[in-house]
Amino acid sequence: MSQFHRRALLGGAAATAAFGALPAHVARAQAANTVRIGILNDQSGLYRDVNGPGSVACVRQAIQDSGVAARGVNVEVVVGDHQNRPDVGSTITRQWIDRDNVDVILDVPTSSVALAVNTIVRERNKIFLNSSAATSDLTGAQCSPNTIHWTYDTYMLAKSTGGAMVRAGGDTWFFITADYAFGHALERDTAGFVRAAGGRVLGQVRTPFPGTTDFSSFLVQAQSSRAKVIGLANAGGDTINSIKQAAEFGVTRRGTKLAALLMFISDVHSLGLETAQGLVCTESFYWDLNDRTRAFTQRVLPSMPGGLRPGMGQAGCYSAIMHYLKTVAEMGVPAARASGVETVNRMKAQPTNDDAMGEGTIRPDGRRIQPVYLFEVKTPAESRGAWDYYKLLQTTPAAEAFRPVGEGNCALVRS
Amino acid sequence: MDEIFGIPAPLLFGQLLLGLINGAFYALLSLGLAVIFGMLNVINFTHGAQFMMGAFVAWMLLHYLGIGYWWALLLAPLIVGFTGVVIEKTMISRLYKLDHLYGLLLTFGVGLIIEGLFRNQYGSSGMPYRIPPELQGAWDLGFMFMPVYRGWVVIVAIVACLATWLVIEKTKLGSYLRAATENPALVQAFGINVPRMMTLTYGAGVALAAFAGVLAAPIYSVNPQMGANLIIIVFAVVVIGGMGSILGSVVTGFALGVIEGFTRVFYPEASATVIFVVMAIVLLLRPAGLFGRA
Repeated sequence: MSQFHRRALLGGAAATAAFGALPAHVARAQAANTVRIGILNDQSGLYRDVNGPGSVACVRQAIQDSGVAARGVNVEVVVGDHQNRPDVGSTITRQWIDRDNVDVILDVPTSSVALAVNTIVRERNKIFLNSSAATSDLTGAQCSPNTIHWTYDTYMLAKSTGGAMVRAGGDTWFFITADYAFGHALERDTAGFVRAAGGRVLGQVRTPFPGTTDFSSFLVQAQSSRAKVIGLANAGGDTINSIKQAAEFGVTRRGTKLAALLMFISDVHSLGLETAQGLVCTESFYWDLNDRTRAFTQRVLPSMPGGLRPGMGQAGCYSAIMHYLKTVAEMGVPAARASGVETVNRMKAQPTNDDAMGEGTIRPDGRRIQPVYLFEVKTPAESRGAWDYYKLLQTTPAAEAFRPVGEGNCALVRS
Repeated sequence: MDEIFGIPAPLLFGQLLLGLINGAFYALLSLGLAVIFGMLNVINFTHGAQFMMGAFVAWMLLHYLGIGYWWALLLAPLIVGFTGVVIEKTMISRLYKLDHLYGLLLTFGVGLIIEGLFRNQYGSSGMPYRIPPELQGAWDLGFMFMPVYRGWVVIVAIVACLATWLVIEKTKLGSYLRAATENPALVQAFGINVPRMMTLTYGAGVALAAFAGVLAAPIYSVNPQMGANLIIIVFAVVVIGGMGSILGSVVTGFALGVIEGFTRVFYPEASATVIFVVMAIVLLLRPAGLFGRA
């Protein structure tokens, strides 16, 4: 369940000891200058490596890099494990906002949980900076003035990876879809592109989430449909097992292509290049993309759990908090805490810029946009060192990468 | 193309085969559970973690020491079995006189601790473990592409199940074990060291789980959740088969693998729950399970 992060706790204890003798009004002034960030993600399940403690490390790095402490802004971080369950995620969010005075809920992988958090944060007029849930509904039918969708979404993944597969001749598809909000949205958005390009969807299977470890039955069904592309509308451990078992059953040797519609660098690491080589995937961040991303990675690497390189969800947490803290420093803590909508509007009004995600802007529907990269996984012979996994195939400019602002059916845009 | 219930026949045959392969894992895992429950009256909830440990030890042997799959198949069960012996000696043996529930809670807790330790050390995505070169490739059966490795798993699982059954039902050691379950004081009076026999039985059950873990390592990603995902299903298998029944766990293991496989064709969304539906029905009709002693 939720817990105060150890370092925050130790820091708090040290601060109490050090400032215990100070007059009460000093302590009150410090509390008045404190913003609280709640990192809500999967700390113990199949998305732990994609977000988990890595997101926490990136947020701590952002707090340090932002330099807000020198400007009198005190930042506290709490961490919660939502176990990929909307009920658990909702309970923690309510507790954080109502009891612990948390101002920002951050990260929140698993679309079903993110949609639940989205509603609560809006009711309480706080801020939801979503980095790791993918459903494009967060800036579509369920868009909110309190939410910014930061790093990627199902529409952008579908357009980039799906579009590339269709252009390469993959005009018939079969989907293996994780049976929850994220899988459904990713399948829906990708199928839209396939049909728009003149292709056909021959069928789909919905796999129970979480808890499916054997995908062979579903892969055999996909193969028997004779589709040219098997679209994996799943993530994390599900994607790893699907790809691994597809290799075992010789799916790609028989000419069928696999489209991993959402794949992270930690998934590639887990699969090994031998199995993952040749797959294409879409990311909005890669540690080895340019000098800025490499510098960011070098800084955060000592704090990353198990020597993992940061992935795009974690880098998105860094980027989002950098922008938030910059805005808070400009507005002043009391004003920033007073209204989530006002703070989000200020964040939307100025461009974002940081080492992890580069330059970007936030649209009125809450969608943050930036260039999007299509990568191909290298062969073992091409890889020159640890975590040298991707070669860049194409870059989609920010203006083309995401769903056009008028097509999402977002009430914030229509009015 | 021939169709059965609107589904192409080759697809159904494929699912039948895949169901048997998954069933082999269920059978092998539930066999260890049945041995431990049958002989020790302990509901071993650490079993999933021990299955995961088998896979991880195989990965560690390869990664740190360069020891490959074939030796891992022997060494990993021995190593994990030894940890089982330690757990039995230090913890479980103290609970034999208490209600089943205490053993269940203890083993559940120990399983969670083991999984947590592995998760903290190795993350959740898992580690790559390749199929040994001798078992790579696949047979084209016409209706499906059958990986050689999966065929190997079924054969090994059947052999292991048969061997365990023979040891327990047909050997002198097995008869001591069965007698010790019924009346430990009497067996002890014949000069047999019953506590040691219990310890070794637990170690053997754990080794079976680890053996299944090594077999699973090349198929699934070697990750800390792999046991937790399977253990609930395997418990359902044991309950349906009849707690402690060796034959019951093997037969139901294979049968439920097949039922689950067919569900994945007709209604994939329910494939994770169908086993529990079967469990509920069986418990209503035969509370002791299909092969259990009422």
